Amino acid sequence: MRFALIVSFILAALAAGAVREKVLIQGGSFTPLYGVKSSDQTLSIESFKVDRYPVTNDDFLRFVEAKEEWVPGRVPSILADTKYLNHWKKLNGGAARPGSADYKRPVVNVSWFAANDYCLWAGGRLPTVLEWEYVAAASYDKKDASRDPEFVEMLLAWYSKPSAGTGGIGEIGRSKPNYWGVHDLHGLIWEWTSDFNSVFVAGDNRREGDSLENLFCGAGAASGTDKANYAAFMRYALRNSLKGHYTTSNLGFRCAYDL
Amino acid sequence: MGMKAIWGAIAAGVISSLAPVAWAELPVEKAVLTDAPLVPPPITRTSPAKVIVELEVVEQQGELADGVQYTFWTFGGKVPGKFIRVRTGDTVEFHLMNHPDNKLPHNIDLHAVTGPGGGAASTFTAPGHRSQFTFKALNPGLYVYHCATAPVGMHIANGMYGLIYVEPETPLPAVDREYYVMQSEFYTAGSYGEKGLQPFSMMKAIDERPSYVVFNGSTTSLNNEGAITAKVGETVRLFVGNGGPNLISSFHVIGDIFDNVYTEGGTLANQHNVQSTLVPAGGSAIVEFKVDVPGTLVLVDHSIFRAFNKGALGMLKVSGDEDKSIYSGKEVDAVYLGSVLDQSELEARRLRKEFEKTVREDPKLQKLSKAILMADGQNVYSNNCFMCHGQSGEGVPGVFPPLAKADYLTKRAAAKNRDELIAIPLFGISGKITVNGKEYDSVMPALSTLNEREVAAVLTYITNSWGNSAKEFSVEEVRAAKAALKDQQVARPQH
Repeated sequence: MRFALIVSFILAALAAGAVREKVLIQGGSFTPLYGVKSSDQTLSIESFKVDRYPVTNDDFLRFVEAKEEWVPGRVPSILADTKYLNHWKKLNGGAARPGSADYKRPVVNVSWFAANDYCLWAGGRLPTVLEWEYVAAASYDKKDASRDPEFVEMLLAWYSKPSAGTGGIGEIGRSKPNYWGVHDLHGLIWEWTSDFNSVFVAGDNRREGDSLENLFCGAGAASGTDKANYAAFMRYALRNSLKGHYTTSNLGFRCAYDL
Repeated sequence: MGMKAIWGAIAAGVISSLAPVAWAELPVEKAVLTDAPLVPPPITRTSPAKVIVELEVVEQQGELADGVQYTFWTFGGKVPGKFIRVRTGDTVEFHLMNHPDNKLPHNIDLHAVTGPGGGAASTFTAPGHRSQFTFKALNPGLYVYHCATAPVGMHIANGMYGLIYVEPETPLPAVDREYYVMQSEFYTAGSYGEKGLQPFSMMKAIDERPSYVVFNGSTTSLNNEGAITAKVGETVRLFVGNGGPNLISSFHVIGDIFDNVYTEGGTLANQHNVQSTLVPAGGSAIVEFKVDVPGTLVLVDHSIFRAFNKGALGMLKVSGDEDKSIYSGKEVDAVYLGSVLDQSELEARRLRKEFEKTVREDPKLQKLSKAILMADGQNVYSNNCFMCHGQSGEGVPGVFPPLAKADYLTKRAAAKNRDELIAIPLFGISGKITVNGKEYDSVMPALSTLNEREVAAVLTYITNSWGNSAKEFSVEEVRAAKAALKDQQVARPQH
């Protein structure tokens, strides 16, 4: 009886949008790899909430069912390239759906536009680069482990391995949470941020000045605040290789929420 | 002059048709790309073309040394990346594809490109995407290309480099063989030879302490079956690159002399008769030489610990007839006592002989003899053997067989054919042997400076160390074997 009641309550909640498990992140100050003038300058961050887990295929299916314009095949190419959700399968001529093995895997092959719209629909927004880096700098027991060699080496080991397709991605919540109680910021997928392309905006430095050069060769090391933080270099490099309509087989997202 | 006429014709064509871009008039061809040690065939065209190059970036696991795995990031699936060959004046339409399973964005900086970043910004590509840019090959020479995405050092350290050769308008003289050899270092968490999948060590890379220095992406690429080959009398041209990321190579071929060196990969054969040539990190050299006698020439970085302890070894096997007027082989093998021996040395020898006789004849001391042989053997080993066979008898995978727990040794030491073991330090050994299931095909020279006692000592030491165990080798046993074997040696055909 009570069970049925709970189930119907959850279903009702789901129909109205996504019920997402959120974690409170206490604001503070932080020195990101880029975006400050020197390594002793810090930026302050307001408290906010963030999803405990990345958005899964199952979560995203509910979104697509609620918002038809995001059904695979109907999305204009300016909002998502041709690989959008291409790991979902069509059954009996119906719309494409994730396979059951994918339910608890983080959704990938989604564009920034799709991720952004999902978070708005879920009552939130995409986290900023600064917020994401702030939360992801935490190891299991330290709030900021970005200068902890063991932590950085562990991240490098994951970044170094190709992902062997969407079937090679693990399920959410299987690894230890970090200091904040947030899971899977590292080890499963890359994640979209709201301002992913704001550090360097140039597409081709011949036309638009030399700002993208900050990522390549000598300048890459000259402008970062921590030359040994290879893991962060790789995240910034990945973000800056993207455009809003790109989808890739190891890029997903989670949402953030203002208090 | 012919060249000028062709250029004139092309220019006239461009003007008359008012083509929007000059290369619309050029013949179009797809570049032939090769994996090391192969080089695409020389270009026979005598005028420029538009050349399409398609290069795919693949992140994948591969073998760095025997039993040692590494996740390589590659231009075209192998380390080093594909060899690209174009001609001066060619317009190169370059396509970079980043495989969808790759985790990272990549790009390419070709040192042959005139323009910002060598193409780096124009080819910056997310996983599962492709980029294109076009450049004109203005300067002839042999150029390195590499990935230039942050962190650049790590992209290079994981294998992202290769060579592009821009042929001069007047090509280099024809040779019989051309090969592609590229040196680079790897920084693994485990030390040299540690088995299993080895992660990249950022700290070792920053400290410039590589665990491996290799040719063509692994310790075994250019050894045994992978050896490059030539025939006596042929001319060989090596396109040598150095991907770094940190070390400069003192490139040397043991057993030959470079007739011509195009220093740093430029277009001038500015030096002749060179023993070793420097190849900078992110640089190249072209070397040419004629092979005059048969045998195995060994390619090394003459910063020699890299060759013998970190993997920078390759082989060029030359087949054909001997020419004793150029190289005789060993003609004399005799004892040398030094021109003048002072009295104290002679006295020391007399005492040593007396001591040995006492040891031989005293049954009590007999028991001690094995310990003495072991101590002496260790000394002999570290002066003569460890450079190749390693401090703990571990050998060098694929090149020098291990001695520790080597079935080849233990079987013979326990059985009646102990003479076969005694023969190795006395006369050397060459040709194929199988040790612990692995085949080795290298050459060990005779240790002709060792006396009978030292031979007995080192054999005792080797067969009783690192988990090996056998009866000691006595001086008498060595002496008897030497006498018996000497006759066979004379009967053996000379190679």
